[in-house]
Amino acid sequence: MSANPLLMGHPLSSTEHARHALLYMCRIRKFEEAVEDLFGRGMMHGTMHLSIGQEASPTGMCMALTIQDQITSTHRGHGHCIAKGADLTRMIAELLGKEIGYCGGRGGSMHIADVETGNLGANGVVGGGIPIAAGAALASKMMKKGTVAVSFFGDGAMNEGAFHEAANLAAIWKLPMILFCENNKYGMSSSTEKAFAIDNLADRGKGYGIPGVNVNGNDVVEVYEAAQIAVDRAKKGEGPTLIIAETYRWKGHSRSDKNLYRTKEEIEEWRLLDPIPKFIARAIKQKKLTQEQCDGIQQEATDAIVAAVNEAVKAKAADPAGLLDAVFKKVSA
Amino acid sequence: MSDRMLTMAEAVREAMSIAFDERPEVFLLGEDVGIYGGAFGVSGDMYHRYGSERVLDTPIAELGIVGAAVGAALSGMRPIVEIQFSDFTAQAMDQIANQAAKIHFMLGGALHVPMVLRTPQGSGTGAAAQHSQNLEPWFASVPGLKVVVPSNPADAKGLLLAAIDDPNPVIFLEHKLLYKIPGRDPVPEGSERIPLGVAKVVREGKDLTIVATGIMVNKSYEVCEKLAAEGISVTLIDPRTISPLDMQPVYESVEKTGRLMVVQEGPAHAGFINEVIAQMAGSSSFGSLIAPIKRLAGMNIPIPYAPQLEKAAVPQIEDIEAAAREIVKNWR
Repeated sequence: MSANPLLMGHPLSSTEHARHALLYMCRIRKFEEAVEDLFGRGMMHGTMHLSIGQEASPTGMCMALTIQDQITSTHRGHGHCIAKGADLTRMIAELLGKEIGYCGGRGGSMHIADVETGNLGANGVVGGGIPIAAGAALASKMMKKGTVAVSFFGDGAMNEGAFHEAANLAAIWKLPMILFCENNKYGMSSSTEKAFAIDNLADRGKGYGIPGVNVNGNDVVEVYEAAQIAVDRAKKGEGPTLIIAETYRWKGHSRSDKNLYRTKEEIEEWRLLDPIPKFIARAIKQKKLTQEQCDGIQQEATDAIVAAVNEAVKAKAADPAGLLDAVFKKVSA
Repeated sequence: MSDRMLTMAEAVREAMSIAFDERPEVFLLGEDVGIYGGAFGVSGDMYHRYGSERVLDTPIAELGIVGAAVGAALSGMRPIVEIQFSDFTAQAMDQIANQAAKIHFMLGGALHVPMVLRTPQGSGTGAAAQHSQNLEPWFASVPGLKVVVPSNPADAKGLLLAAIDDPNPVIFLEHKLLYKIPGRDPVPEGSERIPLGVAKVVREGKDLTIVATGIMVNKSYEVCEKLAAEGISVTLIDPRTISPLDMQPVYESVEKTGRLMVVQEGPAHAGFINEVIAQMAGSSSFGSLIAPIKRLAGMNIPIPYAPQLEKAAVPQIEDIEAAAREIVKNWR
């Protein structure tokens, strides 16, 4: 099933918005669970980086974006693609190496891009997408498009030169850009305590002369509210914002992770901060959704993923015959 | 027919100006390309003619600059990015080799990167090891990059216009010793393109085929003239683009001359020119060779500072002349 046009606005502003926020968080959760399952059954090649536990961050951010607004994403990028409106079947098909996959099987999990939803691509290089988003924001400014470019990255990327150079360019040129850090506390095994000499990553904003804000990355409402302020600022020509969304990945870094660097207790504590039931409780309390509606939305997300997997499994495998012709875009006469 | 003799810096500036006039989405960004006019004066007065929004001065941040160019190229612009010395592309290599080069292929063809990265390279200015390298093989070995090495102003103009038109990332390597000297041929007026991937037969002869890149084309040309006076005639081929590489004229020439010499400035080990040798070795023209292939290249050392050391590090006219003479005399 193809994605709905993106719904913009506050997740608790209406039943429709609450439904959207919950549906997209559940789509991400169910997608990641399906990926883990496909991997476990030996149907998926390569590796995987799951974002289970982090669903509120991309969902809240993308509810402040139009379909024309652009994003760059990371190796842990499935959630960003889905939140920006990517087609689930083409995503699963890519992971399964199928012709109809977003990259025709040439990219896999770490390289899904979707031009129609403004997604300039996930990136296998930590920090690789940040300067690219700055460039997209530069193009928006030069072409007077009125769009913003959001770069999603993790805490690990904030120690890359790419982060520094892009943040500085965006700041001096007042680019319509948002630097969105999902601080999930670990760059693979390196904790933020080991990798940073500052306690609050948002303090880095000061070094570039831009606002640095902290949000609870497991609260889709809080993420949206900060995102909307940053988008408004960017679209007014006032420049970029650094958002630090505090969150946590429940699963290991990738398939090779044995969780030697963190405790079971820590993981358990964060599992109790699951963004999905937290939002359900709030939506019900504020009478935007009923328990019955929430159950239905969760089922809808599951059904969409099951349908996507079934369709993708049946699709034609990618064919090596076209590889050499795919390197360059043809020069038009 | 025009008789305008321009330097390569002037020809490159003219090509950029034509592209600026033709397409509003073309812009130039880089360190000191604005009011300073570029470290080698290539952008010159463009800042005054086109303004600070299209001739964009950047901080010293090569990775960020190239990344911004990639992102802008993905989003409807057509950036020309100048990296002040090709040596500094090392700072930007993630965006060049991992991002720009791979995006079209890896992302399934949905996006492409119409970006030109222009950068001066090469030795001869006494700037020592971190400002003088020849990095042709770095770029030529990355699938997804087109690589242009112009040897003269007229070619630089036509090739750069084609590179700006190209929907793919193009690395444009300008030898800094060529910036200030006029070429042998006039630079045509107008906006004619020279297609990428087409080698140029600079002169034709029957005794020896020389394939040379960049400034080595000029040095080899002088040798050809000198040898011609002695009755030794040489075919000189300038690939002009090293990715893609046009070998057909090389095969055709070697079938006539039976002797092949290749010349590059960069170090011999794993150098670009070895690709010419490898393709020749695997071709049906190989049987036409009556002499071993001669390779003349830089020493396998960083470029040293002192003038006599710097000269010793890369092939000079005398070296090319001696090698050419030897191969023709010794193999009959």
